[in-house]
Amino acid sequence: MDLSIFGYPFMQNALLSAFLGGITCSIIGVFVVLMHMPFIGVCMSHAAFAGALLGLWLGFNPMLGAFAFSLGAAAVVGPLADRGELNPETSVGVIFSLMLGLAFLFMGLMTGPKSAALELLWGSILTNTRSDIVVLGVVAALVVGIVFLFYKEIQATIFQRDMARAVGIPATVMLYSILFLTGATITASFSSIGGLLIFSLILNPAAAAYQLTYNMKRVFFFAAAFGVLSSWTGLLISYLFNIPSGATIVVTSSLIFLLAVIFSPKRKVKRWRKKPVLEVNEP
Amino acid sequence: MKYCPMQTGNTGGYSIDIENAVVSYREDIALRGVSLKVNRGEFVGVIGPNGAGKTTLLTIVNGMGKLLHGRVGVLGYNLASGNGRSLRKRVGYVAQAQNIDPRMPMNVSEVAMIGRYGRLGLFRGAGRHDWAIIEKSLALVGMTHLANRPIGHLSGGEQQRVAIARCLAQEPEIFLLDEPTASLDWKAKADILELVKRIHDEEGLTTLFVTHDLDALPHTCDRVVLMKDGLIFGDGAPDKMVTVANLSRLYDLPPDVVEERHPHIHARGH
Repeated sequence: MDLSIFGYPFMQNALLSAFLGGITCSIIGVFVVLMHMPFIGVCMSHAAFAGALLGLWLGFNPMLGAFAFSLGAAAVVGPLADRGELNPETSVGVIFSLMLGLAFLFMGLMTGPKSAALELLWGSILTNTRSDIVVLGVVAALVVGIVFLFYKEIQATIFQRDMARAVGIPATVMLYSILFLTGATITASFSSIGGLLIFSLILNPAAAAYQLTYNMKRVFFFAAAFGVLSSWTGLLISYLFNIPSGATIVVTSSLIFLLAVIFSPKRKVKRWRKKPVLEVNEP
Repeated sequence: MKYCPMQTGNTGGYSIDIENAVVSYREDIALRGVSLKVNRGEFVGVIGPNGAGKTTLLTIVNGMGKLLHGRVGVLGYNLASGNGRSLRKRVGYVAQAQNIDPRMPMNVSEVAMIGRYGRLGLFRGAGRHDWAIIEKSLALVGMTHLANRPIGHLSGGEQQRVAIARCLAQEPEIFLLDEPTASLDWKAKADILELVKRIHDEEGLTTLFVTHDLDALPHTCDRVVLMKDGLIFGDGAPDKMVTVANLSRLYDLPPDVVEERHPHIHARGH
């Protein structure tokens, strides 16, 4: 195998992007998985996609559009998740479909070649520039830093939001910060992985890590490791077989999840606990 | 008391002093002018039908409910929108048994430790002193042997014990219990009740206890408060409050039906 390709700057950029994106997305994924809000993540990633397309259509920076839209979605969906007033699944579903609709509307309104739009859909990690990496690096540092600094507040908020509030932890601020970071992460890793695929890089590594341990710190650590592993393996496969990298990254992360489910110690819990049925002696 | 009241209301030495509290959620009024004074060290039971405002009463004591009118004094503070969070750190709250994901990656002592987090504040990790408190709290509720188990693997009764340990870890002065024994089996109910009573006595707490378990009231509470439609309509000694006549009014049931369903409640207090 000729690996001299890894000496080229564009490939080094791609590897670095994959590393940073893999870590950030999968740490955000731990929140999404543990707080049982996968649909909110899907909704926000599609909102980012719609926002980016709006930018492309009207000629401003697609990243700005993506950021604004995903934060907008969080601002609408966040209170729903927070208060649990309306059925969040339904409302998130409505917003999600609206975002997808808007995305395709903006794409339809665009004149000229659509290759830039399609690139946003599938992602193009190989064309990442230094400035893309700087943005990714800043977001990665922000996400990792916040998890370190506020680990105990995050842990309590993840466990039970109401209870965290009841002991005097600013759980609502924590929830909104998590949603904000989700928006920032999606926006920053968006051009590398692609709007339709990014959500699997958020969900799969975290869901895989969740299968493997009862220790929350390890869930974060494993998720980040799986995220980087998925991204790098996907990138390598993409290069070897000349297929889109976003797709290979997602497929790899799904395979890792599948393996984690198969080897999960948590699946055996039920079987361990099975006890013989109590016999009642009637007089 | 260890804390100097910064904003002294005229709470007259009461642990909890609620005056004419009105709370509303959207169109519904949850509390329509409730006044309640609780002395330090009292164990007060709150009963009433669903939707009577019992939980809302607890949430205004720990500063999570929003007052429309009235005044709430807790531990010498007048509750305002800004100081709810600092006050909450000194008020332990145990809700009904929650559904906890069996795969939740947290163990029993980590969950109990959450009770310390509010007190520790931001940017401070748990130290040896905090873990010692957790150890003591878990021992008090009889959960030491399960300290390293994943929280989701425990039974409902065991999870409630952990919730009580979490409250104890807060080193609270007020103990709010919102149907802590609901959905538990008969034995777990009795065990939790006994535990709550013992901790109340040993730690010298002030306790507000919302329950549907009428049989438990007489031998646990010093006082019983009857609530219906967002109002308090009875407040006194358990044997004066838990009577056929009162329950009949409280639950809109004819007295003979109450008697039939709770044969051991005598028609005292008529």
